[in-house]
Amino acid sequence: MITASRDSRGIVLEGVAVDTPLRVQPVDALALQERAARLVSRSVKRESKVAGLELSVRCVDLTTLEGADTPGKVRAMCARALRPDPDDLSLHPVAAVCVYGALVAEARDAVAGSPVKVASVAGAFPSGQSHLHERLEEIRRAVDDGAHEVDIVLNRGALLSGRLDVVHDEIAAAKQAVGHAHLKTILETGELGSYEMVRLASMIAMAAGSDVIKTSTGKLPVSATPPVALCMSEAIRDFGEQTGRVVGLKLAGGVRTAKQALGYLALVAETLGTDWLTPDRFRFGASTLLNDLVLQLRFQRTGRYPRPGDLPVD
Amino acid sequence: MSDRVEVRKTYKLFIGGAFPRSESARTTAVTAPDGTLLAHVATASRKDVRDAVRAARGAQESWAGRTPYNRGQILYRIAEVLEGRAAQLAGELEAVGVPAAEARADVEAAVDGAVYWAGFADKLEQLVGSVNPVAGPFLNLSSVVPMGVCALACPDTGGVRGVLGLVCPAIMAGNAVVAVAGGPAALVTSTLGEVVATSDVPGGVVNLLTGDHAQLLPWLADHDDVDQIDLSGAPAGIAADLRARTAENLKRASATHGAEDLRTAMAFCEIRTVWHPASI
Repeated sequence: MITASRDSRGIVLEGVAVDTPLRVQPVDALALQERAARLVSRSVKRESKVAGLELSVRCVDLTTLEGADTPGKVRAMCARALRPDPDDLSLHPVAAVCVYGALVAEARDAVAGSPVKVASVAGAFPSGQSHLHERLEEIRRAVDDGAHEVDIVLNRGALLSGRLDVVHDEIAAAKQAVGHAHLKTILETGELGSYEMVRLASMIAMAAGSDVIKTSTGKLPVSATPPVALCMSEAIRDFGEQTGRVVGLKLAGGVRTAKQALGYLALVAETLGTDWLTPDRFRFGASTLLNDLVLQLRFQRTGRYPRPGDLPVD
Repeated sequence: MSDRVEVRKTYKLFIGGAFPRSESARTTAVTAPDGTLLAHVATASRKDVRDAVRAARGAQESWAGRTPYNRGQILYRIAEVLEGRAAQLAGELEAVGVPAAEARADVEAAVDGAVYWAGFADKLEQLVGSVNPVAGPFLNLSSVVPMGVCALACPDTGGVRGVLGLVCPAIMAGNAVVAVAGGPAALVTSTLGEVVATSDVPGGVVNLLTGDHAQLLPWLADHDDVDQIDLSGAPAGIAADLRARTAENLKRASATHGAEDLRTAMAFCEIRTVWHPASI
């Protein structure tokens, strides 16, 4: 049973699945926005830019989450995941492909024998509004089908009505259900209302055992933004300081251009350190971002502006 | 004597239907023949080229999808608005040293040219499209399709007609354009953005960059997403290099010099032939 009490230094969470009470410090929204804006507008040039672009490619979770997804579309996407630029075979594959549960087996087959992981959304994505046993069953099924990583949604309805223990216990149950697979918890920050709520949700999700916390489903108009990314990065850092545990960050939705990606890398490196600049701890959930990264790398390589229409779209 | 404070115009670029300053923040001073400063005109950089090509690519498909009749109407609208701005444009040419009679004749020729290409829009297909006799049970049709995104090197000394003489035939055929002009044509090129912006031309179909040909044209010639470059106004010293660059990416290079004839119209489009597997 979680209890949350508020004192002059913020909120204290007790009864969570870590040894000590967790402190959730208040957020200065204006300072957060200012600092985030400054970090993401940092100018990255030449060899650092190329390195950043290549790292961004390696950190992409190439995603398709549409009602119109077909096995063929998933296979086409997996081909792009394995070889992001057909003209440059030295470019590494992306980190993972992310699909709906029904297509996990197809994706698993398409990337077999490669380092590319298969991630599946599960647990009544994107709303999360179904009964717990159904959500857990969906999670187990995705893992049985071969998903290496499972992306679940946090119960915003419970969080916003103050039932923190429900939020916590559901994520903890999901963590048990995924077994050895990685659990990524989507906070859907566009629905949380304030940065303080984002921080609280991050802390509960991490305390309940999430391996990665993720900004959004990508189904809302407002998804990953620099202030939210900074807020979650700071939560990960503070959680690490209090518990010694390492949690990853995934930014999903709204990251479409290489320039945005480089900005977020700078933000994460400044907040969490360069240890986080690896696909094990940092991901971009995106579909259109990959093509822009490839186009920018082509420009860096050839010195000529490339044709966007030369690359496949799914 | 009037007490009013002079309202001086900022001469900016025209990209995607908006009037941005150059991304590089650079400007070029334009002076009268006696050395008086007339204005600081925005100097486009390679990143403005990049933005303009992106805007053109985004606008081209729906522009080409309009009926030729509608494109003709919009070209005629350009002529109408241009007529209303004739005195301003002639004044901007005179200010940089063009004799008054020549300046006036240039603007009038530009208006007449816009009317010419307005009328051409819905005739092109009849003139060059055809049903071809073939030895088999096929319906064989040749029709006109636009090139796509065209870069236009407009002559610095060509005045208003130097710019519109290339822009009008290109958009008539359904292309989106990125036109570059500088030097004595800089003031009128910048003002032409205001003409185009108020003529129902969708944003991005016409993009006007004031700047240095030698700096900008190589980027356009190299750009994989530009389908054609018209080198009518390219400085003689760099034309050969530009043609070599276009060979790298199979871009069409032309030099129409704004002539009002079918050959110019055909320079901005290609013939596509389809074999329909049925006889009629």
